Amino acid sequence: MRLPAWLLSDRAGLALLTALTVLAIGVPALNLLLPTDHPLHLSAYTITLIGKYLCYALLAVSVDLVWGYMGILSLGHAAFFALGGYCFGMYLMRQIGARGVYGNSELPDFMVFLNWSELPWYWYGFDQFWFAALMVLIVPGLLAFVFGWFAFRSRVSGVYLSIITQALTYALMLAFFRNEMGFGGNNGLTDFKEVLGFSLHADGTRIVLFALSALALAGGYLACRWLVSTRLGRVLVAIRDSEDRARFLGYRVERVKALVFTFSAMLAGVAGALYVPQVGIINPGEFAPLNSIEAVIWVAVGGRGTLVGAVVGAVLVNYAKTWLTGALPEVWLFALGGLFVAVTLLLPRGLIALWRRREATA
Amino acid sequence: MPSRPLIRAGFLTLALAWLALLAIGPAHAADDAAARTLLAQLREADFSGKTALIEQLAALDHPRIATALKALADSRLYYQEAGNRVVIGSGDGADIAIEDAVSGAALGQISKRDLDRITTNNRLRTLIENRLASLGLASADPEQRKAAVEAFLKNPDPTESERLRARLSVETDSEIKELLAMSLALADLASPDAAVRVQGATTLGGQLRSELRGPLTKMAAEDNDSTAREAARIALARTQFRLQLLGWAETLFFGLSLGSVLILAAIGLAVTFGVMGVINMAHGELMMLGAYTTWLTQQYLPVNWSLPVAVPLAFLVAALVGIAIERSVIRFLYGRPLETLLATFGVSLILQQAVRSIFSPLNRSVASPDWMSGVIALGPLEVTLNRLIIIGFCIAVFALLWLALQRTRLGLEVRAVAQNRAMARAMGVRSARVDALTFGLGSGIAGVAGVALSQLTNVGPNLGQSYIVDSFMVVVFGGVGNLWGTMVAGLSLGIANKLLEPWSGAVLAKIVVLVFLILFIQKRPRGLFPQRGRAAEI
Repeated sequence: MRLPAWLLSDRAGLALLTALTVLAIGVPALNLLLPTDHPLHLSAYTITLIGKYLCYALLAVSVDLVWGYMGILSLGHAAFFALGGYCFGMYLMRQIGARGVYGNSELPDFMVFLNWSELPWYWYGFDQFWFAALMVLIVPGLLAFVFGWFAFRSRVSGVYLSIITQALTYALMLAFFRNEMGFGGNNGLTDFKEVLGFSLHADGTRIVLFALSALALAGGYLACRWLVSTRLGRVLVAIRDSEDRARFLGYRVERVKALVFTFSAMLAGVAGALYVPQVGIINPGEFAPLNSIEAVIWVAVGGRGTLVGAVVGAVLVNYAKTWLTGALPEVWLFALGGLFVAVTLLLPRGLIALWRRREATA
Repeated sequence: MPSRPLIRAGFLTLALAWLALLAIGPAHAADDAAARTLLAQLREADFSGKTALIEQLAALDHPRIATALKALADSRLYYQEAGNRVVIGSGDGADIAIEDAVSGAALGQISKRDLDRITTNNRLRTLIENRLASLGLASADPEQRKAAVEAFLKNPDPTESERLRARLSVETDSEIKELLAMSLALADLASPDAAVRVQGATTLGGQLRSELRGPLTKMAAEDNDSTAREAARIALARTQFRLQLLGWAETLFFGLSLGSVLILAAIGLAVTFGVMGVINMAHGELMMLGAYTTWLTQQYLPVNWSLPVAVPLAFLVAALVGIAIERSVIRFLYGRPLETLLATFGVSLILQQAVRSIFSPLNRSVASPDWMSGVIALGPLEVTLNRLIIIGFCIAVFALLWLALQRTRLGLEVRAVAQNRAMARAMGVRSARVDALTFGLGSGIAGVAGVALSQLTNVGPNLGQSYIVDSFMVVVFGGVGNLWGTMVAGLSLGIANKLLEPWSGAVLAKIVVLVFLILFIQKRPRGLFPQRGRAAEI
């Protein structure tokens, strides 16, 4: 089998895919084959943690696609991530069935608590895995399409677009905090038991979820890499560098933008859907504007417009976050803030650029 | 040489005074005796006897009767066997202090067991209240007269109409006159003559006092005369209409107050974003610094004096921090708005954590000075003083900023750089210095806004975050680079929010406004009042 040219020329991408393959095989092996007291043994906790990073990395890839290649700084991508998460969380919620605190097989606990007598119509169908999986793609995609179509058609761009994407996620956060919305209000959806009949607390399920996250990241990366290598990808870059010129050349800029924005939102939705069963909760806090901006900084740290950089940035920053919030909680926000400033001032092309530069001089 | 009428008036006064002196002495003595007798009879009298006695007492025109009747209503009137007199007790416990009911002389402490309470019931209490009110009507003190009429409004008594009418003909205070006319109309509602009832109802229509609505509603439903029912219904409708107007005025005021807070929060941003094109995500944190400055000044100064000191101090602190941010971060990023956004967001995180580490993550309570608390009446509308002051403060800040931009050398340079940087530099404007000062100005205003916010919300490390999205929305809605646009946008968003609130609840109102803004920007990407000309395409 010969690899297509667009992949062969992408050495960083191949390295990433190799690393992901090693992870997807190696991590479960370290958990399953080594005895628990072995120093290299990975606990289920660590696996879930790495799985979480991989979900973040997928979100970062989706942000990089629109920011790095199309020049749209979305400060609301976490909204799509959270919507995907909510869709899958609704499925997990229905899977609890009669095992909830109130033992109501039809209604989730929080609805019983609110004295609701029947399931709202928008919860219909979420007891089916296939339906929920479809919604994970459709709901964020539809929102992104409608939002993007209107915004791009009226040529809202640059900072204005950033601000209204932020307003979008802020409005969604406020909405999901409301109990009347029917998504659990403040507490969100939690207390999940099983997915497709497998207990979420079993190590095996966690390993499978982890492997799926790695697979999804690899798939998302390949899809984006392929997309940017096509003619459409060239148009994207043209739009980023000079939108007016691309428009005058006859490209339907708003259609291209809406299409890619929608695709990116779907990727973010998938990331959210994989994230929720691993962390076991989804609440309106995921819509917070800060989360979206953090996703942007992952991309900036790694290097935007590279896709690989997004993955590297997401994993590194989140590893630093896990470590710092544990060891020196006071320092974390200083470090994150400093990172924002330092990266934009000193490393505008990200960490990946350092590696590229060394490669070029060698 | 005084004129003749004056001399005559002087004589008359003297004569009257002398007569009065003559009258008071003996008449008072006689009244004392009568009052004593009547009060003593109260002890033995049954219910109807007591009613008659209270009427007679009220008719006595004795200065102590009001006190004694009040004591009776409060069950503090006792008969003392030992002195064969009626006394007024005060205090709780087994031993109470007593005073003579008629002379008011203190009689020391005495055990309750030696006293005989003069009993009363609720119907007697109502009667006493009415009679007390009549006594109060004649008082020389307008406050007491007002209280007396208010008491009539609460317990309308048709038998008192004559007294009210008499008072109305001599009353000079316009407010009391109005109240009197209202009480008379209220008494008219109980008249057997339907025409009088209609007259009364018509007079009462449109009056806002809550006591009037009960009798009118009852009349509209139960009166046996159809014209009277109709009149009551019309009167109620008029009241309802005025209440609605008042409600709208109130909403408008709340909207103005919220709008002025939004303007305060956004106006500094209008300078940095609008004039300089810099997205300052740390704007909210600069407001937070202003609020913390207020808190700090209150630690060293009395609360009443702290705010006038805090305003310039907060301006200075925030402006200095702003200039530091501009010199160290933003100046390297001009022309790259998205990077500026990220870098200033980083700064905002650092400032938040700095405040959290220095002052603690808990909220600090900033006290309100006395002169800002309380309620003030604007016609029939009652508004809280602190909101009114913040509206005024917002106008003052806006006016000062406008003057600074239009009338000072710096303002001229700022506008020149904003319109055409290269040309301004060519004309000798030191654009780097202007940038720093403009950013300092915008940041300083954020600090001042923080002082106002400290009077409305909790002062904590997250103060800034909750306003940043709102303030950007206001600036973008109004049109970047346009102070008046910011003002119109802030006011209209504030009022829209408050208009929606009763209909949908606070959170949903906010969501609706946000969604509206997102849609609005699609329609007019450059805001309500877009900049025209070359400067528009940045």
